[in-house]
Parts: sequence; structure tokens; C-alpha cells
Amino acid sequence: MTKFQVNGKPVELDMDPATPILWAVREQLEMTGTKFGCGIAQCGACTMHLDGKPIRSCSTPLSQAEGKSITTIEGIAPEDGTLSKVQQAWISEQVPQCGYCQSGQIMSATALLKTNPKPSDEQINSAMAGNVCRCGMYGRIRKAIKVAAGIEESSTQETAA
Amino acid sequence: MNDTVEVEKPAKKKGKWTRRAFIGAGVAAGGALVVGVAVRPGNPVDSLKDIVAGGQGEELINSWVKIGADNVITAIVPHCEMGQGANSTIAQMLADEMDADWEKVRVMDAPADGNYVSKDALRVFAAPGFKGGETMEPTYDGLFTQISKLAGGYVTGGSSSVRSTGQNGMRIAGAAAKEMLVAAAAAEWSVPAAEITTDKSMLAHAKSGKSEPFAKFAAAAATQELPRAPKLKTSKEYKLMGRPMQRTDIPAKVNGTANFGIDGAPEGQALKYAAVKAAPIVGSRVKSMDAATAKGMPGVLQILNMGDFVAVVADGYWQAQQALNSIKTSYEKTDIDALNSNKMFANFGKALDEAGDDGGDSKASEGDVLGVMEGAAKKVEAEYRVPFLAHATMEPMNCTAWVRDGKCDIWTGTQVPLWARSAAAEGAGVGDDDVTMHSAFLGGGFGRRLEPDYVTQAARVAKATGYPVKLIWSREEDTAHDHYRPADISRFKGGLDKEGKLTSWNNVHCSTDEPAESPLVEFYDIPNVSVRNAEVEWPLKLGAWRSVGHSQHGFFVESFVDEAAHAAGKDPVEFRRELLAKSPRHLNVLNGAAKMAGWGSELPEGHGRGIALVRSFNSIVAEVAEVDMTKGMPRVTKVFCCVDAGFAMNPDGLSAQMESGIVYGLTAALYDEITLKDGAVQQSNFHDYRMMRMDDAPDIAVQIINGAPDNLGGAGEPGLPPAAPALANAIFAASGKRIRELPIAKHFA
Ligand code: FES
Ligand code: FES
Repeated sequence: MTKFQVNGKPVELDMDPATPILWAVREQLEMTGTKFGCGIAQCGACTMHLDGKPIRSCSTPLSQAEGKSITTIEGIAPEDGTLSKVQQAWISEQVPQCGYCQSGQIMSATALLKTNPKPSDEQINSAMAGNVCRCGMYGRIRKAIKVAAGIEESSTQETAA
Repeated sequence: MNDTVEVEKPAKKKGKWTRRAFIGAGVAAGGALVVGVAVRPGNPVDSLKDIVAGGQGEELINSWVKIGADNVITAIVPHCEMGQGANSTIAQMLADEMDADWEKVRVMDAPADGNYVSKDALRVFAAPGFKGGETMEPTYDGLFTQISKLAGGYVTGGSSSVRSTGQNGMRIAGAAAKEMLVAAAAAEWSVPAAEITTDKSMLAHAKSGKSEPFAKFAAAAATQELPRAPKLKTSKEYKLMGRPMQRTDIPAKVNGTANFGIDGAPEGQALKYAAVKAAPIVGSRVKSMDAATAKGMPGVLQILNMGDFVAVVADGYWQAQQALNSIKTSYEKTDIDALNSNKMFANFGKALDEAGDDGGDSKASEGDVLGVMEGAAKKVEAEYRVPFLAHATMEPMNCTAWVRDGKCDIWTGTQVPLWARSAAAEGAGVGDDDVTMHSAFLGGGFGRRLEPDYVTQAARVAKATGYPVKLIWSREEDTAHDHYRPADISRFKGGLDKEGKLTSWNNVHCSTDEPAESPLVEFYDIPNVSVRNAEVEWPLKLGAWRSVGHSQHGFFVESFVDEAAHAAGKDPVEFRRELLAKSPRHLNVLNGAAKMAGWGSELPEGHGRGIALVRSFNSIVAEVAEVDMTKGMPRVTKVFCCVDAGFAMNPDGLSAQMESGIVYGLTAALYDEITLKDGAVQQSNFHDYRMMRMDDAPDIAVQIINGAPDNLGGAGEPGLPPAAPALANAIFAASGKRIRELPIAKHFA
């Protein structure tokens, strides 16, 4: 039995502790926001936070979660129903294309800004280089991180007529 | 009225309509463009009504638009959302023509039902010679035709969503719906229709002070006569079209709620999971399977030898994959067991040798190429080579299937729901009508999800086990069993006259040219042209890969034009300007990109600029790449992109598609190749099939020219083809090294 927290709620899972956290969360907890892309820590689609630090959940066994706290894409918005700064910037900059990589991108960006609220381009590169976006939205991701960090103004996207 | 609804079609000139039916009798079954068919009793639309108008008090006005009792307008879109944002744009077009309140417009995928076939998109793909006005590509053949025929339409591909479904379908539907609503209100209020105004989903009559929401008249509008020539707005009257509206699918993609194929599941039903491994060589079959270890592994439920693949079904996906990894298999011999990439390219070379200077299948022939070449002041020759490429969609192929009681349910992401439905029916051994498709977002398509092989597989496994099964391809499986962009060799001979003008162009290559225009150079003013194709055999399954033939020919043609420019001693932009003397739109785009990039201005030592221009899917795109060669491996620092897609319905969406196509094109140009060893694909995952990342992606600037408001071009693909040649040309400018074979990384190892 592995005991840990997911998005602030305690959970207990009775499964092989070698199972990657990704599959435990997707299949057992039925939280499917976190995605599978490569299975070998090469793409970042499966990024979650383990005690606040980004991990590749496809390659991190459940045993490592014991007694710890996991945050997934479903758990990063504030409780009051609004969106986090990073999420808001992802919308204002119209970042996602297919969107499949974006849970992982947002988790990596959120972790970056937590430890480094005003990252340089170089720091953004190194924090985000583990996250592939096959749709190639790197320019928008970079811009959105800067908008969320308050380094740059949002490009004004229209919403209503 | 009978079942044939004829809708008049807009002529080339703004606001004018010609008397031409674009939907015939056979299409009337609620077909996409049959405005108003949806509401006539006894019409197939009644069956559609059950599927689409789920909510209480909703009335289906026609095949394309639904108005709810809450005045929410739903655009029913016959394309899948795979990231291109086209569904939002199409809804924007509909909403504009309708004068709808954009805040209350929703988008819904059309169900995979024959009544929702996008006939117009189908024509774009399937009818060579079909003249559907300027928004249509004149000829499409080969693969696309095949796909369209089999799929019976409902295709997302060919960059066709906005320019065909949007332009020829949604706008007309929107305009028609509005006219019907106005007519209904006019009757109810007993006022002339001409005195009624529409705005933000409201109808108003100023004189009497009456004002009601659209929804109030939805039912009455449904009984109005169909407008035969609904009046479309001119570009000056657009309120939403041409503006960077936010996409409707994005909010769900930032909070984990977006539902992709891999997330699909029957409600309240425990799933089982399948991992699969196909025979490594195309056409080979499993000869023996040793699954002794796998049998005893935790969670394993069933181990299946399906002949062409092996599957393990388990309680969890990871368990299934672990067990699969432990299975030992051997395979029957095939004809290509001994084939490797070098041998294959040697075969291509032989075919090209045989075609020589005038053999093979002629694709274009003008003037006297050989004679003029003979007398040329200077001759240029080059041979280029590109590899097979995998799509590597971010979401690996997957499909959830449940076969029971002669019925089959499918949850998957596909670009061809109707064809996928048939693929599932075949796998499950049921009829097409017994299959229910549950639609989902696609975690990338790029042409890969035009091939529903994974759907058939899932249906077969589900049928064999009786479980609802979620079948997921590992990345390794996805890379090694794609339908690949064809490898190719292309040879050129060019002749320059005394003034350095390109007077003859002789090209022969191996690939199958989809679309047929992809190797052609019509917009360049070259008097003597011969383009030919030599037939070869393909050891792998081929597929449509983002921008299809343009991905190869864009590189070949624009590299060779660059070589010719240098041979002529001319600046590559200047050289192209002369060639584009008779193509003003192309010239504008070329000049646009050159200006953005500051073409001709100083760059630091070891840096260089290259330009390329390609017209594909009716959009013209020029790109200038800047490269830094000072660190050994080329680093693309900037790309300047100028695009003329006729009219940008959503400029931000078009820009995003350009950015995306550029990164996709550069990734392939720099890093990727699929190679064969002993008949099997050698690459497996992102470590050996490399992706561009944040730290090697260039800054991209996009400029849009609205060069032909009534002649829309595509967006999803045209950004890609100029990227590779622009980069290769930049490398030459910076270092004098000419890249004639992709990927580029090979030359800098
Ligand atoms: S799925 Fe975990 S890094 Fe790719
Ligand atoms: S948005 Fe498609 S992979 Fe990033």
C-alpha cells in the first residue's frame, strides 16, 4: 500500500510500487490530464510535481511517492475557481495547438516560476528543454512564461465582438 | 420541394451568385452544405436531429448550425480538432454571417454519420478536374483521392477546413440561417423583412421597438423557405472574420480537462489495457511466440497472437507493456528482409539513371528543354536526397474499443471518423452502422491520423477478449509502424543564358507527387521546363505527412533555385524577383519576407541568411532563415515568414500555424530520418528521432498579406515547405557548404 497526497487529498493505492506514477494516476485515480508521450523521460508530457519539484511521472515509480505530495495539472488552479497566472497566460497568448503536451509544459513552467520568479531566456531554455511540443509552440510558451512572470505584456487577443 | 436541394454558389466576384448547384441529389442526405435540409419532415435530417439536438427545446435549423433555447448557437463542424484551430475559425465565419453573439457560439464535432460528410472538402481532395471556384485546388490525386473515396468524406487534411468548409459551407449556412430567422420574425411581427436588423444574436425592428433573441424564432425559421442565394458579406462588412478571436478549444487545454483519444472510456465501466507489438517488417507475420514469462506476470489477462501483431491485455497499461517486453517472437521471411536504406537509395538512383534526361512519367513539359540546355551559357546540376520521415504526433496512436452484442464502440482521435468507423467495423466483424464513434481531440494529426490501422487493431483485440480495451502504442511502436513521408532523390539540370537568366529546367525524381502540383514551378518564369517522375518500389507504408509532396519538392526546388542564383552570380532574392516577374502575389510575399529580415544587411561573422518561397494548398509563403554556424552544428536563430493565404480569417490562428509548420519543417530538416536495416525501421523514440526543443527553436516573426480576399488558401501545411530550403540556403551563405541531403545534422556530426 502506497500512501501519498494528490492535489492536497490523501490517497492510498494497493498496486505494484514499481508502477510509474503516471499510470497509477491516470488509471487508478482516473485523472487523465497528465499525458503519456514517450515513457522514457524524453518528452515531458507526463510532468507532475513531487513535493513541488517537477518529475517525469512515466519514469518515476510509485514507491517514490510514499509519504509525499503530488500535484498534477488538475491541481494547480487556485481553489476559488480562477486560473493560475501561468494558465491565464497560456490562454492570453493562445499557446496550445493540439494541446497534448501542454499539461506537461504548464507544470514545468509553474515549477520554474516558483523557484525563479523572473527567469532569463537562458533559464527558461534550460527549465523547459525537457518538454517537447510537436506542434512547435515554443515561441508562445516562452512569451507566456514571461507574461505570467510579469516580465512582458500580454499580446492582446480579442475575446468578444 | 424534392430531396435535391440546389444551393447557388458564389461566383468569383464579390457578392455575385451564379446559378449553379453545388450539391446534387445524392448529397441531399443532410450533406454539409444543404442549408435547411435539416428541418424538412421526411428528410434524413430527422435522424440527425436525435444525434445533434440533444438539449431540451433546441431546434436544428440546418446541417451546420443549431440554436438552443438559451440562444447559444452551435456550429456543427465536420472536421476534427487536431490543433489547427480551424474549428474555431469556421465558427467565426458562421457567426459573422449570422450576426451571432460570439460569446454564445459553441463548436461541436459533427457525429461520424454519413449525413455530415464534408462534401466540399471531399471535392478538394477527390475530384481531379473539379472546378469549384478559386478556393479549390484544381487537381488532387493519388493518396488523397484514395483516402477520400474510402472515407466517403469527413476528412481533416489538405489544409482545407477554412477555405472549403468555412468558405463554401459555414458562411452560406450562417447567411441562410439569418435570412430564415429574419423571415420568421418578419412574419410574426408583420413587418417587412428589410426593416429587420440583426446583431449579437438578436433580431430588432427599430420602428416598432421590437427586439427578440434568435432563439425565439428558431422553430418558426425552420419552416421558412430556404433562401436560394443567401447574401454573403463583403470583406468590408466583416465583423468577426479577419480578427484574431481566441480559440474555443484552448481553455480545456490548460486545465487538464481536454478529452483526447487516449482519455476516452465507456462511462462506469472498468477498462482493460492492451500493449501491442507488430511484426517489424511490412507484410511479415508472427512465426512463433514464447510467452511463458509473460503469462505469470502480474495483472496479465490475455496474450494474443494476432498473426500480424502480438498483444497483451492486462489490468494496467504498464503491466501489459512489461509483459509484452518479455515475449520472444520470430517472424516469417519476407522479400525485403535484406533491405537497408543504402540499397534502397541505390535502387532509386538506378531508376533515375534509366529515366535519364527525358524518360519517366512526364508531369510538366514546356518548350525545348534539351535543345536550350545544349546552348546554355552556363549549366547547373545537382542531386538532392531526403529520407523517410515519421509523423511523431505527441499523442501516440491509441484507440479504446468495446465490442459486444454485435455492436462496437470506439473512442479515438482520427482525421477520418467515417473511415475509422469502417476500420472498426472490419476489425469487430460488424456492420458500419453498428459502430458508434466517440469523438475526441487529436494529440496531433499531421496526416498520421488519416490512417486508422490502430482502430482496426483495437477492434480486433476487443473482439477477441470481450473487454472494453484501451490499446496504446508505445512511442517505439508509433515510430516503427508509421505511414511514412516517402524518401526521395531528385535530380536537376538547369541552363542559364548570358544574362544569367534561367532558361531551362530539367527535373526527375522518384516520389509520387501528392498533390500533383508539388514538383511544378509554374509561377517562375522559366520558358523551357521538363518535370518527370521515375517509378520505384517502396519498402514501407507511405502516408500523407504534413504538406505531403511539398515537403520534399519545396526543399529540392528552392535549393536548386538558390544554386542557380549563385551560379548566375546573382543575389538569391534578386534572382527570384526576376523569375517572379509574372507572379505579382508571389513577388509581394518574397519582398515581404526579405524586408522583414533586413535582407542584404550585415550579419556577424559565421552567420548567414537564406530565403525560400513555396506555394502550397493555395497559400504563398516565403521564409528567410538566419543561421549561426560558429558553434559547429548549425543553429537557426531567426525565421521571418511572410504569408499570403488570400485572406486571414483569423490572423493569430494563421500565424500560429505558420510558427508550427516552421518548427515541424526545421525539426525534420535538421535532425530526422527513418532508416531501414534488414527491412525494419531502426528508430524508436525521441532519443534517436529527435525533436526541436525550446533551446534550439528559432524566434519566428510572421507577417500576413491579404492578397486575395475571395481566394482562400490553407494554413496547416504551407508554413512547412520553405523552412528546410531557407535553412540549407542560409548554411550555404554562412559557410559555403551546400546541403544536398537531409537531415542536416548528418553533415556536422
Ligand atoms: S511520457 Fe514521460 S517524459 Fe515522455
Ligand atoms: S500543442 Fe501539440 S504538442 Fe504541444
